[in-house]
Amino acid sequence: MADNIIEVKNLKKYFKTPHGTVHAVDDVSFNIERGKTLGVVGESGCGKSTLGRNIIRLQDPTAGQVIYDGQDITDLSNQQMKRMRHDLQIIFQDPYSSLNPRKTVMEIISEPILFNKLMKGSSKQDVEKRVRELMDTVGLAQRLINSYPHELDGGRRQRIGIARALSLNPKFIVCDEPVSALDVSIQAQVLNLLKDLQKEMGLTYMFITHDLSVVNYFSDDILVMYLGMVVEKAPAEVLFKNPIHPYTKALLSAILVPKVNGNPDHISLRGEVTSPINPPDECRFTRRCDYICDTCKAGTPPLIEIEPNHFVACHCVKPEGITLQRTVGV
Amino acid sequence: MSKKAAFATPDGPIVYKKRSRLMETWNSLKTNPGAVFGLIVVALYILMMLLSFVLYTREDVVAINGKEMFLRPSAQHWFGTDEKGRDVFTRIMYGSRYSLAVGFGAVGIGLIIGVIIGAISGYFGGAVDILIMRFCDVLSAIPGTLLCMVLVAALGPGLINLLVSIGVTSIAGYIRLARASVLATRGNEYVEAARAIGMSEVRIALTQVLPNSLSPLIVATSGNIASCILSAAGLSFLGFGVPVPLPEWGALVSGGRTYMLKAPWMTTFPGIFIMVITFACALLGDGLRDALDPRLKK
Ligand SMILES: Nc1ncnc2c1ncn2[C@@H]1O[C@H](COP(=O)(O)OP(=O)(O)OP(=O)(O)O)[C@@H](O)[C@H]1O
Ligand code: SF4
Ligand SMILES: [Mg+2]
Repeated sequence: MADNIIEVKNLKKYFKTPHGTVHAVDDVSFNIERGKTLGVVGESGCGKSTLGRNIIRLQDPTAGQVIYDGQDITDLSNQQMKRMRHDLQIIFQDPYSSLNPRKTVMEIISEPILFNKLMKGSSKQDVEKRVRELMDTVGLAQRLINSYPHELDGGRRQRIGIARALSLNPKFIVCDEPVSALDVSIQAQVLNLLKDLQKEMGLTYMFITHDLSVVNYFSDDILVMYLGMVVEKAPAEVLFKNPIHPYTKALLSAILVPKVNGNPDHISLRGEVTSPINPPDECRFTRRCDYICDTCKAGTPPLIEIEPNHFVACHCVKPEGITLQRTVGV
Repeated sequence: MSKKAAFATPDGPIVYKKRSRLMETWNSLKTNPGAVFGLIVVALYILMMLLSFVLYTREDVVAINGKEMFLRPSAQHWFGTDEKGRDVFTRIMYGSRYSLAVGFGAVGIGLIIGVIIGAISGYFGGAVDILIMRFCDVLSAIPGTLLCMVLVAALGPGLINLLVSIGVTSIAGYIRLARASVLATRGNEYVEAARAIGMSEVRIALTQVLPNSLSPLIVATSGNIASCILSAAGLSFLGFGVPVPLPEWGALVSGGRTYMLKAPWMTTFPGIFIMVITFACALLGDGLRDALDPRLKK
């Protein structure tokens, strides 16, 4: 039996809007093994952040279950959830809006500790010492302890965000595009930091990104999302070697180095993302799929295991054989 | 070790020092000439008001002196005298209590009630928000002066009632402003970070969202002080304000209007006093907004 720290079962999150119901996350199930990283990729608006926020209960799921460490946390009250929150933290995408501009580094990093009375009975100096330790851990110079976030650059700000998340000694961290807003040179530093922290502290990550090269470097398993649904899930190396779902293929071919005379295998993503508002009961990729066939409109395709640990949701992919044939743009 | 040194050297002292928000605000305010001017003027006005309590009695400003009507400004009567022979300077000094009370009091009422309701509306949304916004629509559909008059008529005359009426009339504006500002602030990720450490919604609203939503309110408030003084003036003129012989500034301006050509000093001087405090409040408000925003500090 795998040691799953997070189990997500049929999770749904719908938003009611004046234009209809947004199916931001629609019937998503997966597990994350302790100490591993699950990469979540997909285009903007496919529900990655919403998924992450619902798992750690920053939002309340519409339906489904989230099980943390064997305990169902879906229906815990805020009070019961409070203790759980120490274990479940999040690192945000935008290092500008994720830090309160009115608080100094010391105040930001110590706030979770003081608020949760983690160091009850210890002196102010002890709390300060702990903050300094955390600053060391994330590679922030201690002289910055009195600074306001706006006095620092994006990379340093992101380190503050990481230190804040670590201050409660979490077990599981949702990294919501933690490097997308940073310069390329700084991205690598922050990614390495996150990787080192994982090794040292045995953290489990859910790593959200739209950048497949980042996710390859980082993840054990990869979940590909499209319009609120999982379309493919596989161990990272399998997914990169043998992508099966048409959407995954398109995503991957987008990061291949283009050849001078045009890449004959290149599949580009056509059209726009279909809206996740009141989606019809058919494969959500139909309008953009190059492989579309008769069965595609016959309901939402289920996620099936076509080889061990490799799941795909496409009507044209069956465990007994892949019948995918390119029908458009050949 | 001085605070300067602790920040100046690149690798130097790393002593943790609680940065006092009040001191930093003050330090930043000090460097803004406009704000300093505004602050000095407001202080002088308050001093003038306090002095007037010591120097003059009610008799001094209402007693009629038939022998000294319409005197030009002179060494004896700095700002001249009015149609009943009363010293304009004395009346302005004495009237400061009404005008300042109305200006600051009405704004205070509008601000406090408006911010509380607006913040609730913006932060929690939903049915409460809709209800509050409809209420605002109704309130702002009625012309301000008319609403004020209705309120004064209902509450009865007098300084306090005047102040309350003007304050209540300005509430809708504050609600809208506070709501918009809170809505914008609420979307920041640090709010979610606070949720992720287990803070309750009320606590988040008070400690994370509200302090970051105040800037536009401070600016609006400083502008409103002036308009409240002017509203009071208008109402006094219509007979809904401070009872007639009392020298509220607006009443002085409107009272002197009839003698504009014959004795321009009767309107000019109180007008200047209103204008200067208006200007000073605006400068002070601008300075405060900048000083309170840590992002704008040097
Ligand atoms: N509070 C909300 N109310 C209504 N719709 C929402 C809300 N939050 C998210 N959505 C919608 O849900 C969908 C998924 O949003 P989400 O932020 O999870 O996407 P994402 O994959 O994280 O995108 P990005 O890469 O841009 O961050 C979007 O269509 C978004 O408009
Ligand atoms: S079900 Fe059809 S439309 Fe959907 S991904 Fe498969 S081939 Fe494409
Ligand atoms: Mg997102």
